Amino acid sequence: MASEKTRDNQTVLGGYRALDLTDEKGAMCGWALAALGAEVIKVEPPGGDPSRSIPPFYGGVPHPEKSLFFFAYNTNKKSITLNLETVDGRVIFEKLVRSADFVIESFKPGYMEAQGLGYSALDHINPRIVMTAITPFGQTGPYRGFKTSDLMCSAMSGFMYLTGDPDREPIRISVPQAYALGGAEGAIATMTAHYFRERTGEGQYVDVSIRESMLKTAPYSLPWMEKYGKLTKRSGPYWTLMGQNTRVHWPCKDGSVTFVLPAIKINPDLCRRFIEWMAEKGIIHESFNRIDWNHPDMASITPQIQNELESSILNLCKTLTRSELMEGLIARGITAAPVNTMEDISRNEQLRARDFWEQVEHGEMGASIPYPGAFIRATETPCVKKHRAPMIGEHNREIYVDFLGIPKKELVILKVAGII
Amino acid sequence: MSKQALEGVKVADFTWVAAGPLTTNYLAQCGATVVKIESITKPDGIRTFPPNKDNQAGPNRSLLFSMENANKLSMTLNLKHPKGLELVKRLVAWADIVAENYRPGTMERWGLGYEDLKKINPSIIMFSSSAQGQTGPDAGMGATGITLQSLSGFTHLTGWPDRDPAPPWGAYTDLTAPAFGAAALMAALDYRDRTGKGQYLDLSQYEAGLHYLSPAILDYHVNGRVAGRTGNAQPYAAPHGVYRCSGEERWCCIAVFNEKEWTAFRQIMGEPGWAKEERFSTFLKRKKNEAELNALVETWTSRHSPEDVMAMLQEKGISAGVVKNAQDIYEDPQLKEREFFKKLDHPEIGPLSHRSVGFKLSRTPCGPIRPGPCLGEHTEQVCREFLGMSDEEFVDLITDGVFE
Repeated sequence: MASEKTRDNQTVLGGYRALDLTDEKGAMCGWALAALGAEVIKVEPPGGDPSRSIPPFYGGVPHPEKSLFFFAYNTNKKSITLNLETVDGRVIFEKLVRSADFVIESFKPGYMEAQGLGYSALDHINPRIVMTAITPFGQTGPYRGFKTSDLMCSAMSGFMYLTGDPDREPIRISVPQAYALGGAEGAIATMTAHYFRERTGEGQYVDVSIRESMLKTAPYSLPWMEKYGKLTKRSGPYWTLMGQNTRVHWPCKDGSVTFVLPAIKINPDLCRRFIEWMAEKGIIHESFNRIDWNHPDMASITPQIQNELESSILNLCKTLTRSELMEGLIARGITAAPVNTMEDISRNEQLRARDFWEQVEHGEMGASIPYPGAFIRATETPCVKKHRAPMIGEHNREIYVDFLGIPKKELVILKVAGII
Repeated sequence: MSKQALEGVKVADFTWVAAGPLTTNYLAQCGATVVKIESITKPDGIRTFPPNKDNQAGPNRSLLFSMENANKLSMTLNLKHPKGLELVKRLVAWADIVAENYRPGTMERWGLGYEDLKKINPSIIMFSSSAQGQTGPDAGMGATGITLQSLSGFTHLTGWPDRDPAPPWGAYTDLTAPAFGAAALMAALDYRDRTGKGQYLDLSQYEAGLHYLSPAILDYHVNGRVAGRTGNAQPYAAPHGVYRCSGEERWCCIAVFNEKEWTAFRQIMGEPGWAKEERFSTFLKRKKNEAELNALVETWTSRHSPEDVMAMLQEKGISAGVVKNAQDIYEDPQLKEREFFKKLDHPEIGPLSHRSVGFKLSRTPCGPIRPGPCLGEHTEQVCREFLGMSDEEFVDLITDGVFE
């Protein structure tokens, strides 16, 4: 039982154990628990978790021990192999549940019950257990059995309908997001149940829906529909702000920058700063000269003039490099950001000044790789130092022999029989 | 109602706009008592964010504000009044957590930095969410969710390879970083209960956001490859994309991962001649001729509604889903069965759907119970019940203008 364990108090979850049965759908949940200090044991089918085959790969070569996707979301975890579809496998799993505080899984609803390892069975073995299931739509409802994909979860969340160019189909973010969002939601849910368990001794079942987790990325369109029957649509480089299409994306000489096009009627002073800047550069539409920018006559500001302001600023941006544009915007007090690539982010001064990157040793490959560091800075319980993701079954011996006391000879038999 | 998981947890919530309130939203939906602290002269800007009831802006008329602040209480205070600051300190003494997301340095200027709070309540947990963190050369730089999603790489990674980005619609980091903040707050609470120690939590939305792009970051660090925009393509599936269906702006996504699914998909389409052509005969060939493949798939989908395409494909075990718009979301049978939206009666707005968190807890229910609070709706309740204030003192403070 967890309460009898020695807590190290250097980390929040030091001394707690999680059995992580997830594939790519819930990997981020166990990843977060491990960052908070829990001993997270990834329970993989013999041969390894299918998410080990997700690209990109180290050196570009597909190999189950070289998936960078797997590396990213399995740091600080241990790995054992176990076939839950065998009686022996289930017996071993039940033994592990006795000593565990969390079980996290992402199988199709009903799978764990079919193995005799549903929540009621685990609760019977260990009433303190918090069991978290992370699935596309949750455990109930007509969509629960749907064949999943990250694309489908994104599409059904409402996020994609709002994203993309109007003349092409809706799009998702090119680095798949839905499963990661479901995993992060799983972490909050699991920690909430954990907090309750620590105060009452009662475990519980946590049912996370990936689609519902992603729904929070599309909140603005909902009230427009409910109260006004108005459908917000995708609009490429524009956002519908205050009911108007407003440009937020500005290409320049060597990339692009994000800022919100000021509305003349709402923010004439900000517009004046752009006009003066453009005058310096010799780019100025003659209609702007007719406006007294210190005291503009709002009645004379037509949509045409607002459009001319947009095209003039677009022209201004094209004469500047990204750093010139950013410098000019900041000097004029305009909130802006460069449209960063992964390379820009890797070189960013702010992240370096905060020591964000954390070197993780991959001894087998003779490599040391900078990973994104702590997800939060905490004065008393900082995220633990990162350790590389485990190799397939790397901790079989530690868990099976040293912890469960299975004789080494038996381990060989279990392996040959396809149980571990 | 059964007991909620965070019943008894007390939060003094100074957060505003999006990333902060969305963090405390998790706590409020799980049963914590969250007191939102604003002033009448400068309320949370989202209180007037459109759409507003009858298109008339007012502090209690923003639909989005109510949705994102369900279950919270609202108290107004004039921080410039010496007695206002005194009251804040009493709230700090009452609270387990103080949450804020002002520009770094603001709380310190009010005399409410972590060191100040610790003197009032040694076990306080202070949570600061900011654009780029509390330290470093860009800590004080202005930002909004729109600019932050570009800074952290999401804009560059959304769109078509042959075009400029089409940024995610929705201040992406504002909406996704709160998950990390909320998880860390639970952890800090548990630690405090066990050790008596509070702490300071510094969340950078920029850094938190990057964790959703980790594979692409590692790809750059290891292989020197700078990830670009790929529309809806996926390296290991074809067809994989969004296809036009019958009706105006109706779309369905389809993801075919293997040979078995491709065969089943062809059968569903009625074995069209093109699908048997040599150029689509293997996965590699389908991938190579993906643009033509997608166009031909669309000749089939465009004859069906997206709901029918989804149903036909799902029945044969192929991943497909309607690209849901806001109306589809409200009519979604799955969300209805799971009671994802709760219609709550807001005193000024009237009945309004409020979304739940993305999970259900079997023993301790969570979700919206009360709409977002009207400005200052609970000032009296907080003063009397939480701070144990006498009638006399409360009236004095009103007269002094402390609650304005």
